[in-house]
Amino acid sequence: MSVAKRFGPYGGRYVPETVIGALDELTEAYDRYRDDPGFRDELGALLGNYVGRPTPLYRAGRLEEAWGLDRGLWLKREDLCHTGAHKINNALGQVLLARRMGKQRIIAETGAGQHGVATATASALVGLGCRVYMGRTDMRRQRLNVIRMRMLGAEVTPVDSGSGTLKDATSEAIRDWVTNVDTTHYIIGSAVGPAPYPEIVAAFQSVIGNEARAQMLAETGGLPGTVVACVGGGSNAIGIFRAFLDDAAVALVGVEAGGEGPSGRHGASLALGRPGVLHGSYSYLLQDPDGQVAEAHSVSAGLDYPGVGPEHSHLRDTGRVSYVNATDEAALSAFLECSRREGIIPALESAHALAHVRDGAAGLAGPGPVLVCLSGRGDKDVDQAGAALGIDASA
Amino acid sequence: MPEPGALRLERAFRAAGRPLFVPYVMGGYPDLDASRRHARILARHADIIELGVPFSDPLADGPTIQAAGQQALDGGTRPWDVLRIAGDLRDGPPVVVMTYFNTVIAHGAEQFLNEAAGNGVAGIIVPDLPVDEAAEVREVAQGVGVALVALAAPTTDDARMAEIGLSAEGFVYLVAVTGVTGGQMALDDRLRALVERARRHIKVPLVVGFGVRTPEQARQIGDIADGVVIASEIIRRIGDAPDADAADAAVEAFGNAIAGALRT
Ligand SMILES: Cc1ncc(COP(=O)(O)O)c(C=O)c1O
Repeated sequence: MSVAKRFGPYGGRYVPETVIGALDELTEAYDRYRDDPGFRDELGALLGNYVGRPTPLYRAGRLEEAWGLDRGLWLKREDLCHTGAHKINNALGQVLLARRMGKQRIIAETGAGQHGVATATASALVGLGCRVYMGRTDMRRQRLNVIRMRMLGAEVTPVDSGSGTLKDATSEAIRDWVTNVDTTHYIIGSAVGPAPYPEIVAAFQSVIGNEARAQMLAETGGLPGTVVACVGGGSNAIGIFRAFLDDAAVALVGVEAGGEGPSGRHGASLALGRPGVLHGSYSYLLQDPDGQVAEAHSVSAGLDYPGVGPEHSHLRDTGRVSYVNATDEAALSAFLECSRREGIIPALESAHALAHVRDGAAGLAGPGPVLVCLSGRGDKDVDQAGAALGIDASA
Repeated sequence: MPEPGALRLERAFRAAGRPLFVPYVMGGYPDLDASRRHARILARHADIIELGVPFSDPLADGPTIQAAGQQALDGGTRPWDVLRIAGDLRDGPPVVVMTYFNTVIAHGAEQFLNEAAGNGVAGIIVPDLPVDEAAEVREVAQGVGVALVALAAPTTDDARMAEIGLSAEGFVYLVAVTGVTGGQMALDDRLRALVERARRHIKVPLVVGFGVRTPEQARQIGDIADGVVIASEIIRRIGDAPDADAADAAVEAFGNAIAGALRT
């Protein structure tokens, strides 16, 4: 077997003994099917006809102008994926694996609800029962996605422990998996968790970077100077970064949730955390001196997570990727600017990447164009962003 | 150097000549003093005490232990406070600390295990540290005479059982159900077969836990295993008690009942 278990010192399988057998089974299934023509054809056809891949690469000319980016600003439009975010790339890949493993039931955690919607969608498509765990706080702030999941036939289970956000939903999903592991496949939604999940999720998401790299070459005749993506658990970021890791001249920048700013609450695990174990892997983590996991904070539910995928921890330590952060306030204003100048309402998560491009433009290394992973669309965020920005539907 | 924890634990099994009672106390629940009292009360009935160091995200635990751990953390409980409870129990049965891996490594595994050893802790159970990730910590633990007690589950295949058996010290904690703590176990053919299968690969004593609630269940488990862990049920009884005295009395009565069931 050659599916990565560690990235440098990070990763591993720090989970109850009960699910180790299932992780082995998943590793074997993934190793067996990833290059299997039948599997690749089935996934490839779905990515094309169902998800709408390849997603466009779009030049955001009016933002370039507003932000003084003469070198060019290109958006990889994952917001145009069916269900509205990159999460479907992974959910479909995993649900096809689950079916080949003979599992009858799918579970997932979700923060912003995009992974929950993607998993509910993929489950409906193949006819498997689906339960999604979601923190109560997130159910409130991403209401639209709760309704979508239920319409798609998934059961949405509220989680009250902790702060009722993504960390707590993930813990509860893992407990369900520990209890029902014989029948159930757990579709984890980001490049986190015990091995082999970080590798599997990164591999299914690397379609983003593979397409974007070819599209940049076709459109501009060269590679981007800088690639920017938001980092919650890190799946859209690793998905776009992987294609450029060997291109030493391409600067890679991950943008974490800066939350309330330097003196407040945030979700910047890589910048301000230290390595520890949460949800099955060793990686950078927000925690107190005794190792109690801290509550993260972000205006965006998808970045409101105290951990991060192990591959990002390794890329941080090696220096190949720089990790920065953008505050709630910066993300909200970038959200509005992108909406008004490009006619694209971005997900609040993706707005963090845009905010960094705007605010860090002068410091962006390399002369070439900037490529941003626009990981999702912002329909789900209209209640929350509207409230923060003073926009409502009153007559 | 005091007698290594693994030997103390193995001696406890030999000395008893009957299945061992291993009650669980969550350090800091409902508060630190109460948990110290409950541990002392249980020490009169128990053969080994399992002492929980609370962790914010306990993946192997159901709602009862989760909530108890959270209450302990909300009350300001720190790992060192809980380890000192073990220090208080030095004249009693051996203490095995149960916590999660991040608690062990937060200040460095050396510091946690030194502190544990200094408080006379015989063993440590880390449910999110499976055997293939455990080598480094086991070495540190052995260096200070603390046994790293492994877990095995119904989903553990024969090859892993053998791997667990190879490095096992003190005893092995056999998880009775596919699930988290606080569920309902049933003594059925599957559990009997699991214990038999584990015995073929694991030579140290087998203690069964997860979902044991009543003296009758404890007695039945005692017929097939070397010991019984009871955790959530004790916490539930403490939580249901109207005041601290009633909680102490409930712990005493329950400890007495389980110990009695295992003696007959
Ligand atoms: C649109 C969007 N972008 C980004 C994220 C963050 O996740 P990740 O870091 O795994 O890409 C989410 C998570 O919910 C999301 O919905």
